[in-house]
Amino acid sequence: MKPGTTTAACVAVLGRDLALVWRRRGDALNPLLFAIIVVALFPFAIGPEQATLERIAAGAIFVALLLAMLLSLDALFRSDLEDGSLEQLVLSPHPLSLLLACKVAAHWLTTALPLLLIAPLAAQLLHLPAPVLPVLLGALALATPLLSLIGAVCVALTMGMRRSGMLLTLLVLPLIVPVLIFGAGACNAAQAGLPYAAPLLLLGAWLALTLVLAPLAAAAALKISLT
Amino acid sequence: MEFTPPPLLEARDLAYARNAEPVFGPLSFTLRAGETVLIEGDNGSGKTTLLKVLCGLLAPSAGEVRLCGAPLTLARLSHQVALLGHALGLKLELTALANLRFAVGLGGIRPGITPMLALASVGLGGYEDLPLRTLSAGQKKRVALARLLLVPAALWLLDEPYANLDRGGIELVNRLLEDHARRGGAALVTSHGAYAYTAGTPRRIALSQPSALGPPPSP
Repeated sequence: MKPGTTTAACVAVLGRDLALVWRRRGDALNPLLFAIIVVALFPFAIGPEQATLERIAAGAIFVALLLAMLLSLDALFRSDLEDGSLEQLVLSPHPLSLLLACKVAAHWLTTALPLLLIAPLAAQLLHLPAPVLPVLLGALALATPLLSLIGAVCVALTMGMRRSGMLLTLLVLPLIVPVLIFGAGACNAAQAGLPYAAPLLLLGAWLALTLVLAPLAAAAALKISLT
Repeated sequence: MEFTPPPLLEARDLAYARNAEPVFGPLSFTLRAGETVLIEGDNGSGKTTLLKVLCGLLAPSAGEVRLCGAPLTLARLSHQVALLGHALGLKLELTALANLRFAVGLGGIRPGITPMLALASVGLGGYEDLPLRTLSAGQKKRVALARLLLVPAALWLLDEPYANLDRGGIELVNRLLEDHARRGGAALVTSHGAYAYTAGTPRRIALSQPSALGPPPSP
């Protein structure tokens, strides 16, 4: 791979972000811990009856995992802004949208993938029926990249402001409510023995659209925030 | 008739205003290959803003910037410009070598140099595998200077490159600038007056603070 090509730049951004998370792996565990704690608290709060827990399991896991991801979103571009790396990214001759897409991919790999891996454990904690687990995992696999991508646009928009955390949450929440409705809806339908393909396909279509448009929107928003 | 190539960088009546408050300008100058130009001005006279406008990070409020004869926009950047800002763009958690490898991946590499060679030539041989966090401010600056050596940019925009450097570091910056000029590159260097450029008598551009005439109006 020739240095200076767009491919090399994308690989460099992805590799650097993964290396950075590895260096701060203690911090990277925070969302994971948060999700496990939230899920583990439900049986204490509403009682250990299997029937009750079964009914809320899919929804509770979905909410816990999406909120855990929201925790890490604020830091997506922050350190890059503070140490000047972001200026170097913007000034590089490669398409900023592609470079940002690589950053989002690194965020998904380091935040959402571990959460997906602990989802079966969370499902056990809440007595989720075994046949529903594949549907839950499928829905999460579609919903988490959506959140990373939508989040990246919102982070880029609020970048220029101080203490943007609150605003970011307010911006992201309405955008991920449909993701939550369709994702958890698919699980609930599967649990009730109803067809669940439609909501999953809809999430898939939305992901395909967002995958193309969100990096472009994030790049445009970032250039506005920087100037 | 002899053909003269367009200047590497040209500013035409360049001015920048933040919220209708003039920061600098209007300013016109050209920078040709092999030239090093000092931008002088007091703190707050708009030196950093000028560099940001010149590399396209900020849009000028009047006038235009031309790079090799073509108007400069963020959408049409090339490997020609390298910016060294106050924020060095380095990751403190990563090693000096990892930071430079990233810069090469992003910006490309000049033929005949490697990250190891670049680190050695800024006097950081043996520091390759230390996390940047453990280096001093001056040593971090040297790593950032090594990045300039690696990337194939003809135009260097250096914002206060002498800050944090010891006497050896100042000589290093001067040597890098001379070598760069000899290779046919050009550089714009900002300085708040206490500059240490010793090689020859460089061209100077003085920035005067428009608001120096009086205190800024209170909001």
